[in-house]
Amino acid sequence: MGSGTSTQHHFAFQNAEKAFRAAALIQRWYRRYVARLEMRRRCTWSIFQSIEYAGQQDQVKLHNFFSYLVDHFTPSSHNERDFLNRIFTEERSPQASETQNCGDYDSIEVPDSYTGPRLSFPLLPDHATALVEAFRRKQRLHARYVLNLLHEARKHLVQLPNINQVSTCYSEEITVCGDLHGQLDDLIFIFYKNGLPSPERAYVFNGDFVDRGKDSVEILMVLFAFMLVYPKEFHLNRGNHEDHIVNLRYGFTKEVMHKYKIHGKKILKLLQDVFCWLPLATLVDEKVLILHGGVSDRTDLELLAKLDRHKIVSTMRYKTRKENKKQAEEKGNANQTGSAGRPSPWFLPQSRSLPSSPLRPSTHKAHRAGRSSSVPCGVPLDPKELSRRVRRSVDLELERCRQQAGFPAIKEKEEPSSSESEVDSDAEEQPQPTPEEWRQVVDILWSDPMAQEGCRANTVRGGGCYFGPNVTERLLQKYHLQFLIRSHECKPEGYEFCHSRKVLTIFSASNYYEVGSNRGAYVKLGPDLTPHIMQFQANKATHTLTMRQRISRVEESALRALREKLFAHSSDILVEFKKHDKDETALLSNQLFHNQQE
Amino acid sequence: MLELREERKAFQKKETVSSTGKEVAVAEFHKKIKEAFEVFDHESNNTVDVREVGTIIRSLGCCPSEGELHDLIAEVEEEEPTGYIRFEKFLPVMTEVLLERRYRPIPEDILLRAFEVLDPAKRGFLSKDELIKYMTEEGEPFSQEEMEEMLSAAIDPESNSIHYKDYITMMVIDEN
Repeated sequence: MGSGTSTQHHFAFQNAEKAFRAAALIQRWYRRYVARLEMRRRCTWSIFQSIEYAGQQDQVKLHNFFSYLVDHFTPSSHNERDFLNRIFTEERSPQASETQNCGDYDSIEVPDSYTGPRLSFPLLPDHATALVEAFRRKQRLHARYVLNLLHEARKHLVQLPNINQVSTCYSEEITVCGDLHGQLDDLIFIFYKNGLPSPERAYVFNGDFVDRGKDSVEILMVLFAFMLVYPKEFHLNRGNHEDHIVNLRYGFTKEVMHKYKIHGKKILKLLQDVFCWLPLATLVDEKVLILHGGVSDRTDLELLAKLDRHKIVSTMRYKTRKENKKQAEEKGNANQTGSAGRPSPWFLPQSRSLPSSPLRPSTHKAHRAGRSSSVPCGVPLDPKELSRRVRRSVDLELERCRQQAGFPAIKEKEEPSSSESEVDSDAEEQPQPTPEEWRQVVDILWSDPMAQEGCRANTVRGGGCYFGPNVTERLLQKYHLQFLIRSHECKPEGYEFCHSRKVLTIFSASNYYEVGSNRGAYVKLGPDLTPHIMQFQANKATHTLTMRQRISRVEESALRALREKLFAHSSDILVEFKKHDKDETALLSNQLFHNQQE
Repeated sequence: MLELREERKAFQKKETVSSTGKEVAVAEFHKKIKEAFEVFDHESNNTVDVREVGTIIRSLGCCPSEGELHDLIAEVEEEEPTGYIRFEKFLPVMTEVLLERRYRPIPEDILLRAFEVLDPAKRGFLSKDELIKYMTEEGEPFSQEEMEEMLSAAIDPESNSIHYKDYITMMVIDEN
C-alpha cells in the first residue's frame, strides 16, 4: 500500500507545513505587538527624560538670569550699593555665625523620649549596621547625631585627595554603585543582595546620593557612616546633585527642612561644606576611572588632582558680564521682560540645534567665569569686616567688568589672568577657583557620552559637554586607562555600555521615573577588572507585572506628567503654536498629540 | 456625443482627485515615518541603528515576517553596511511600502485559526510546552528572551497553558 503511506506522508507533510505556517504567523504577529510596545516605551522614556533635563536646563537659565541681573546692576547711589552688599552679606553673615555653631552640636539636647539610633564617635561597624537597620524600620536620626556625623565626615573628607586611589589587591572585589537619588530602598537592597561594606568588600558610590527621592538624608547618613568606619574601603565621589543650589530645586533642601524643622538650616549649611569636600573621582588599580558625569576633550587629570576642590561649592553657571550683554542684545528684550524663570516651552527643539564647539570662542558659547555663585564656608569673619571686603570686591569686579566690556570676545587665555588678579584682590578667606579649574570640575560632573565623534556643549543639561568615542579613546590612552565608569544618566536596564565598551554607565536608582520604568544596577570589579553587572528592581510588585503592564503604567504616568506640564505652560504653548504651527507636532507622536488636544 | 464628453470629464476629474489623494497620503506617510524614525535617532543626525529598523517599520502598522524584514533592510542599507540606516534612504522605501499596503497586519480571526491549527484536538488551549515547542522550533523561531516574554503574559499559571482565544482578545484590546 505504497499509495497509502504516501498519502499519509502527504498529509503529514501538509500538516507540518500548516503548523509551520501557523507558527510563523503567530510569531510575526507577536513581533509586531512587541515592536509597538517598544515604541510606546521609547516615547514615554523621552518624555520623562525631557522633563527631567529641561528642569535642569531651566534652573541653569534661571540662575544665569539672576547672575546677569547682579552683574549688570551698577549701583548709582550709596543706597543701591548697600543693597547690593546686603545681597552678598546676607548670605555670608548668618553663615559666619552658624559655622561657629556647626561644630556646636554638643549643645543640642537629645530627649530621653528619643527612640531612634544613637551614635557615638569614633563609629564602629556595628553602629553603621545598626543605622541601616534603624532606617529600614523608618526611624529618624536625631539632628544632633546628624550634625555630629556630618562634622566627622567633613573632617575625614578633608584629608582625601581629589582622586581616590583604590587597589583591588586589598579587598578582592570592588562594587561600584551609581545614582541613588534618595531611594533608600535601593541602597538597602544592594547591601542585602551584595553584602554590607567590609574590609573585604569595597564600595564606591558614584555621586547623586540626594534629591528627588524621599530618603536623601538617610542615604547620606548611611554612606558617611560606612565611610568613617571603613575609610580605606568605602569611597564616595561627588555628583552634580551634591550641590546646595541644585538641592534647592530637586527636593533635598525641602526634605531636610521638613525632617529637621529646628536644626535643618544648620544641617544644610554644614552640608555645603561637606559636599564641596567630596572627592571628584576614584581610580581603581590606576586603570579604571570612576567619576559621576563624564569627560571632555579638555579633561586634565593632573589639574583635577591638584586643584582645591572645596573652592567649588556649586557647579551652577556664572556668566561674565560681557557675554551676558551680547546675549541680551541678541535676544532683544527677552531677558528683561521680568519673566524670571519662564524659559521657552520645554518641548521645543532645544537640544536639536548643534551649539558651537567649546573649543571655539563665540558669542553663543557660555564662557564660564571662574566664580562659583555662592560663597564657600570659610573662616568666620566679623560682619562689618565682611561687608567692607564685599563692598571692595564688588567695586573691583564692577570695574573689571566695565573694562572688559570694551574688549573683543574673551579669549581663553585671558580668563586665568583675570581671575588671578581676582584672587589677589579677594581676601584669602574667599578662595575662588580659576575658570579652567571650575570648568574641569563641571565637565566631569555634568557631561554625557554620545555616539558621534567629537565634543560639544551639553545644552540639554546646561552644563558640561557631550563627549564622543574619540574623546574617550584619547583620554584612556593619555592616562593609560582601560575604561571609564560613570553614572548621571538613567538607563532602562540600570546600566549601559558605549564607546566600544570603554564607557560604562551605572545607575542604581530603580523605578526612577515611575514604578516599572527601569532597573537599577551595580557593577563588581575583580582583580582582572572585568565588570560584572548585577541588576535589580527594588519593588516586588514590578516583578509580577508583565512588560505590557509595566509599559502601560509608566506610559500613564508619563502622559500625566506631560499633561501637567502642558497645563502649566498652556499660555506659552498657545503662543508658540501660533508661531511654529506644524513644527512642534513633529516632536510628539500622533497619539500624544491627540492627548494633548484634550 | 455629449454623454461621451461628460464621461471623459468625469473620468478626468476622478484621476485628478485620486492623484491629489495620493499626494495627501504621501505627505501623511512622510510625517508618520519621520516621527517614528526620530524616536530612535538618538544623535539627531537622521540615522538609526539598523537593529531598531524592525521596530520602526512595525510601529508604522506593518507586519512583515523576519525574512521580509531582512529584505527590506537590505534595500535601505548602505552599499557598505555601516550598522546605521539613513533617513534619506529609509523614507522613500518606507513610503512605497505604506502606499502599496505591504505587510498588512494579521486580522484577529486569522490569528485565531493559526492557533487552532496548532491545536487540532480543538481543546481551546495549548500547553506551555506545546507553545514553547512551536514558537522556538517552527516558523521563524523565537529567541529565548522573546519566548519568556510571551510566556509571562500568555500562560495562565494555574493551568500552565494558554487559552488562546482569551489571549488574543486581551492583546487586541491592549493594542487599541
